[in-house]
Amino acid sequence: MTQSVVVQVGQCGNQIGCCFWDLALREHAAVNQKGIYDEAISSFFRNVDTRVVGDGGSISKGKICSLKARAVLIDMEEGVVNEILQGPLRDVFDMNQLITDISGSGNNWAVGHKVFGSLYQDQLLEKLRKSAEHCDCLQCFFIIHSMGGGTGSGLGTFLLKMLEDEFPEVYRFVTSIYPSCEDDVITSPYNSILAMKELNEHADCVLPIDNQSLFDIISKIDLMVNSGKLGTTVKPKSLVTSSSGALKKCHKKPFDAMNNIVANLLLNLTSSARFEGSLNMDLNEISMNLVPFPQLHYLVSSLTPLYTLADVNIPPRRLDQMFSDAFSKDHQLLQADPKHSLYLACALMVRGNVQISDLRRNIERLKPSLQFVSWNQEGWKTSLCSIPPVGHSHSLLALANNTCVKPTFMELKERFMRLYKKKAHLHHYLQVEGMEESCFTEAVSSLSALIQEYNQLDATKNVPVQDLPRLSIAVCCFHWLPY
Amino acid sequence: MSIVTVQLGQCGNQIGFEVFDALLRDSHSFQGLCSKRENEAYQTSCKERFFSEEESGVPIARAVLVDMEPKVINQTLSKAAQSGRWKYGQHACFCQKQGSGNNWAYGYSVHGPRHEESIMNLIQKEVEKCDSFSGFFIIMSMAGGTGSGLGAFVTQNLQDQYPNSLKMNQIIWPYGTGEVIVQNYNSVLTLSHLYRSSDALLVHENDAVHKICAKLMNIKQISFSDINQVLAHQLGSVFQPTYSAESSFHYRRNPLGDLMEHLVPHPEFKMLSVRNIPHMSEDSLAYSTFTWAGLLKHLRQMLISNAKMEEGIDWQVRPPLSGLPPLGKMSLSKDLHFNTSIANLVILRGKDVQSADVEGFKDPALYTSWLEPVHAFNVWKTQRAFSKYEKSAVLVSNSQFLVKPLDMIVKKAWNMFASKAYIHQYTKCGIEEEDFLDSFTLLEQVIASYCNL
Repeated sequence: MTQSVVVQVGQCGNQIGCCFWDLALREHAAVNQKGIYDEAISSFFRNVDTRVVGDGGSISKGKICSLKARAVLIDMEEGVVNEILQGPLRDVFDMNQLITDISGSGNNWAVGHKVFGSLYQDQLLEKLRKSAEHCDCLQCFFIIHSMGGGTGSGLGTFLLKMLEDEFPEVYRFVTSIYPSCEDDVITSPYNSILAMKELNEHADCVLPIDNQSLFDIISKIDLMVNSGKLGTTVKPKSLVTSSSGALKKCHKKPFDAMNNIVANLLLNLTSSARFEGSLNMDLNEISMNLVPFPQLHYLVSSLTPLYTLADVNIPPRRLDQMFSDAFSKDHQLLQADPKHSLYLACALMVRGNVQISDLRRNIERLKPSLQFVSWNQEGWKTSLCSIPPVGHSHSLLALANNTCVKPTFMELKERFMRLYKKKAHLHHYLQVEGMEESCFTEAVSSLSALIQEYNQLDATKNVPVQDLPRLSIAVCCFHWLPY
Repeated sequence: MSIVTVQLGQCGNQIGFEVFDALLRDSHSFQGLCSKRENEAYQTSCKERFFSEEESGVPIARAVLVDMEPKVINQTLSKAAQSGRWKYGQHACFCQKQGSGNNWAYGYSVHGPRHEESIMNLIQKEVEKCDSFSGFFIIMSMAGGTGSGLGAFVTQNLQDQYPNSLKMNQIIWPYGTGEVIVQNYNSVLTLSHLYRSSDALLVHENDAVHKICAKLMNIKQISFSDINQVLAHQLGSVFQPTYSAESSFHYRRNPLGDLMEHLVPHPEFKMLSVRNIPHMSEDSLAYSTFTWAGLLKHLRQMLISNAKMEEGIDWQVRPPLSGLPPLGKMSLSKDLHFNTSIANLVILRGKDVQSADVEGFKDPALYTSWLEPVHAFNVWKTQRAFSKYEKSAVLVSNSQFLVKPLDMIVKKAWNMFASKAYIHQYTKCGIEEEDFLDSFTLLEQVIASYCNL
């Protein structure tokens, strides 16, 4: 079994990260009744004997003593990380796992990337190496950050290059929060495009998410819960937005609900690697199956169910409904339209009491309404994990490599160009040492090239699929004697 | 003689467990509708083939379990131990921490060489435990990374290290609609490599077994457990002890050798498939009776019409009339009508088995012209019944059964290869485009050869 290390960068990254660790503890507590430190828990947590001073405290088996998250927390402001360290999760983190500063990046990618990057390079390397050393077999780095700000965006992507150089065999999965149109950070298009170049070049897989989609999901749930319909009481732990039963009691933070959705995404993504099932899917299989060409590694995610009804008298929603929901826009974490775009590949990660026949039935049912690229007509990757998430009997995470991300990127590019043409706020960037205009032009070309690749694929969309001529073999006749 | 089983990857290990369980259950939990002495001889023979014994008396499967990550092997070991009836050897597993990521190249070029010594040592130990060694039975899937890639590597190694021993690979053909997106690449690479180093490929298609679960067993929510149990039943009915036609005094000693001898007369034609009859849920079994005539008639039609199970057989298909020139090359574009065989083996088990008439299988029209039916067809009859079936028949066939599925896989892999999709994942582990082309060439040759029967 392998381990993963979560690297949470910036305000957004750390807030999501905090929710993630909370829910991860809750999930493992629910599965692991006996309190034995097993391989599943060790994928994200170390077991430490806190009485031992210094480094020698790691315990690899036996009873759980004290769990420490395999995480590195990075922020150039202190506020968020301090809050985490004073909150109920304080014991989950080791003081040695943090890097903070006071001044912040001022929503400036260049400050995050160039200034803090070089300033903290050595420290970052040291902390990352440490966290890797604690792992028996490190498989993956999960980076969580936002694209629109300065630290998450700039320093977060600086890290990517470092991870690629230092740990070339370890996968880099990036969860990126993209700015919505109404984002209040004016320079978010600059930050996002500059960050995207790094994601293009140094990430193995990116899960783009936007705030608007998360917000819509919350609204949908609120509508459901408050509709006053009979029997619509929802099981508290089942809400994809809730942390009920977890350590954090106060739910007053405005983004908590949204962050919990992303946290659940990460838990479901790794469930088949951590827990047993009849058809396992490890993290390296995600990259192998869903990334046909190195550049095209952006995956649109959708999660279902969003909640489970508490009233036992109402029959559970049909299993098939879960599959339909996964392909509906209401459950996507990115504003996009995969159904009317082209699928390059699709993964269905199922948890709970679902069998292969259920999976096959639903693929057959949904296939006709989806368009797959000509060379991947059966582009489905599936997995079955026996352990359902807390509060549910089953769940489904769909990851789609689909050309529907193109409009998101094009729109981002447009917002960028509007600013860039007027050279608005450019001086804030150019005055940072190491930044030149070429950084901007290169970043835009990188994005344009990516968009062009999606365009080329889209062009094949309605062309009828033709089988290519096969190799022709000269067949020799057999003249031989029976033995 | 004993068979050493090598279980590779998630699929291989999950199936391996069901096979040993089915073999032991059949041998010990049923009386076999025969005399006590007969039954005991059967049990002894089965044990010798597949199990070794330790002091406690609990049979230990003659198996080596290999996987690149630990979850499945752990589960398999504990399931076996829990049954109480048998178990795996304590040190019979080789496991790593990180899987092959569905990457054939990783399984073959990275895991293979890295762990070659450890795996071959384990196998050696198991072989040494056998008083008399028949050969290897290697269980693997084609779609994933470990079973397929590492499986191909191990088979090659077995070829080098045990050149005089037989190797039969049990291959699981994935569902047509993806379990794994790169399954066609992995399958093409696996088949081409195995064709060079294995002695026989016994193929089971997930789609076919799935249909058996749905239509014949009436299972509503089919799990992989169900599928694997059907598979294990089919394999059990092939591998459990049988009498040779010549000698009805003792059970065959060399199961693998006998199978190969009868079914693989030419190295160009190695693909075998299994059809059995009857197969149904236990509840239905209580209400059913069979005659050998009926069973054999159905089985024969299953053979000629390329049916995967006893339901939905196309009775319109007929063999070409003897005396007339053969129908010519089989065309892949039309529906395959008549399935030409190279060699067939029918194994009959149960009551009144001596009275079973297999003349229908000796019709020369069923076979390609270069083998006489007397060489192409064999039957093994055993009185001891299998599992709960009073009468059961299984057909192991080297015929055109697998041409269409093979063609389909090659077609899809070729289309994907032309776009170069996913190739970077393979080249970074040392499998180049040349290797793909070599594999395609070999398989096109196999398809052409089978088509020309």
